[in-house]
Amino acid sequence: MELVLNPEESAFQKEVRDFLRTSIPPEIKRKVDLGLKLVKDDYVVWQKILHERGWIAPSWPKEYGGPGWSPVQRYLYEEELAAASSPRLITFGLKMLGPVLVEFGTDEQKARYLPRILSSEDWWCQGFSEPGSGSDLASLSTRAVRDGDHYVVNGQKTWTTLAQYADWIFCLVRTSTEGKKQAGISFLLIDMKTPGVTVRPIKTLDGGQEINDVFLEDVRVPVDNLVGKENDGWTVAKFLLGHERFGIAGVARSKKQMERVREIASKEMKRGRPLIEDARFREEMAQVEIDLTALEMTELHLLSEQAAGRKPGPESSILKLKGTQVQQAITELLLEAVGNRAAVFDPAILDDDWPGPGNDGPAIPEHAATVASHYFNWRKASIYGGSNEIQRNIIAKAILGL
Amino acid sequence: MNFTFTEEQLLIRDMAERFFRDEYDLDTRRKHQAMPGGFCPETWAQFAEMGWLALGIPEDLGGVGGGSVETAILMEAMGGGLAVEPFLSTVVLGGGLMIRGGSPEQQGDLLPKLAAGELLLAFGYAEPQSRYDLNDVATTAKADGGGYVLDGAKCVVLHAGTVDKIAVTARTSGDVRDRAGITVFLIDADAPGVTVRDYPTVDGLRAGDVTLSGVKVGVEAVLGEVGNGLELTEAVIDRAAALIAVEAAGVMAATTQCTVDYLKERKQFGRPLGDFQALQHRMTEMYMETELTRWLGYMAVVRQDGDDRSAAARAAAQAKAKAGQAGRLIGQEAVQLHGGMGVTDEMFVSHLFKRLTMIDHVFGDAAHHVERLADMDIGDAAA
Repeated sequence: MELVLNPEESAFQKEVRDFLRTSIPPEIKRKVDLGLKLVKDDYVVWQKILHERGWIAPSWPKEYGGPGWSPVQRYLYEEELAAASSPRLITFGLKMLGPVLVEFGTDEQKARYLPRILSSEDWWCQGFSEPGSGSDLASLSTRAVRDGDHYVVNGQKTWTTLAQYADWIFCLVRTSTEGKKQAGISFLLIDMKTPGVTVRPIKTLDGGQEINDVFLEDVRVPVDNLVGKENDGWTVAKFLLGHERFGIAGVARSKKQMERVREIASKEMKRGRPLIEDARFREEMAQVEIDLTALEMTELHLLSEQAAGRKPGPESSILKLKGTQVQQAITELLLEAVGNRAAVFDPAILDDDWPGPGNDGPAIPEHAATVASHYFNWRKASIYGGSNEIQRNIIAKAILGL
Repeated sequence: MNFTFTEEQLLIRDMAERFFRDEYDLDTRRKHQAMPGGFCPETWAQFAEMGWLALGIPEDLGGVGGGSVETAILMEAMGGGLAVEPFLSTVVLGGGLMIRGGSPEQQGDLLPKLAAGELLLAFGYAEPQSRYDLNDVATTAKADGGGYVLDGAKCVVLHAGTVDKIAVTARTSGDVRDRAGITVFLIDADAPGVTVRDYPTVDGLRAGDVTLSGVKVGVEAVLGEVGNGLELTEAVIDRAAALIAVEAAGVMAATTQCTVDYLKERKQFGRPLGDFQALQHRMTEMYMETELTRWLGYMAVVRQDGDDRSAAARAAAQAKAKAGQAGRLIGQEAVQLHGGMGVTDEMFVSHLFKRLTMIDHVFGDAAHHVERLADMDIGDAAA
């Protein structure tokens, strides 16, 4: 066991750090630091910069455009991305569909879609959940009926993150009602511009609009857009959900957020002293840091096991579950730190470009403006990606044998 | 960077786990506890034969070398087996003091004996008023001719009643809670003026309260530097805290496993209790907390062998706090899920629970270490 970086790892870390810190556009960095809304351009501009450097898809095999990094290098890269205030890279193409196509796609599909994911020319979204199929995903009922060279798709997808920006959606659809519910599912790529595709935003409790309903009405999809075999989509979906669990814990971002807690607690006052000098608040921070460090070490262990050639198992469910708990605990610390001004709501923070406090809006310190909305927004984390209760079911079954 | 075990370490782990699985069940443990001194001398000799007592001791002093990770691997297995042998007091505390603070003469004299299983050691660092503060030392060591005279009381000294030598902290100068002025002495357990009141601990080990009245020692009894003993003590106790956090993970894994096994067997309402989701989800929490404690613990162990003392102290505090918190949760849940059987002396789980609970009360409990981390935090914030 060695926790100190070796000279090559240190050199790599420095190279990555130097590039990311000098390349991130300041206006994007400001938005990320303050938790402000990012628009499509912010993501795309930044992702294109990373693409030019060859670093946009760390987990992809080299032959498809990945940088060929080791698990440790990928871990260090994640750390530096967060430290440099990088926006989250949009995962749907990079971490979900990309690996799926590498594993299951035809040569034509790989050639057609992978380069456009790398270059951020195509924005993908994920069509899994339906109004009647949340945790019980396999019960999904969006139908795809074969009609010559096409499937005709009818149904509704929901909770579709950033569908309003998307060019394409990958969908789980039902192609058969025979046998077990998992057996009749297929994995289909649908162009969002196809007639019959309608996106309707869902306003969330923080006032934001990042999730959507996607309605599919007699949408004609070429059969070439099927990934894997017909009725074998559940295998593809399981691969997608189980792949690339590293980073799912969000350790690097949580570390960055803990810095934000410190900064805010240094500015906020309690009884005439900075909050950060308050023993009780410091103990709360210490507690979250314990949990965060324990999570990081568990991830590092799993990552080292992977580097040693052992396949990641269902243990990664721990990362999702405990990772989101830590993330949510940090949103609570932030909320607590800003005190009574947590309640102040400046609707302008929902706009594409918030100029900062003090114009026509309420007088709220810049650091406090998004804290409450972030807290509310982040309740999603323990729900999405297989709710934390589903993760417990996985652990109970696959690890404890219950 | 690499955070998993080498092939060699995996061999040590397999051997230790096999030993406790095959040769150390609850009945064996009960027999060992009933022996004089509360442990089995033959088992101790076996530990020596297997090289366990020589870990961390340089090869030219009768040891087999290796770092703290190897020791942690053994302790994790000992945790799962609920070993009652004085490994912590002799190897981790006594051996730790000797390796970190001992002069070449002291090391050459004592470490080969320790590695061979011929020397048992204890460390008295706590006093009735000190709670978990290592600097709170009222025991005095007054210069007397060429040596010192020690007076004071040490409490809950693990295995004090059976060991050959006891290390103690004593004040050579300063006030009772001063950081400076503490010195570590290594005294013979049967020296005139040393009285040990020996007793069992709640979790099945032995400990003793040590009274020192006019105990005369020579300068050769000093371990490390005169007046700088707190630094040595803190380093050794931090390392022990990190190691016992890993031992705790071993206890937790055994606790979770025996709970899962029991709930697969035990039927109510016509089916195994393990079929009920409400209970499954509680066991998944036990499992996850075990994993988190284990890897945080190993991180802290690795840090103890590094040069950065403040990183080592922080990591030890984190690991020990986590062990206390997770230990309480897992122990309580395990007993609850066992139902009535969980509160019987007959079941393994009740012994695991008691050990987990008492691990929290050695080297500082969770509240102590969270408070300590919070104090470190303010230091960082000011920096």
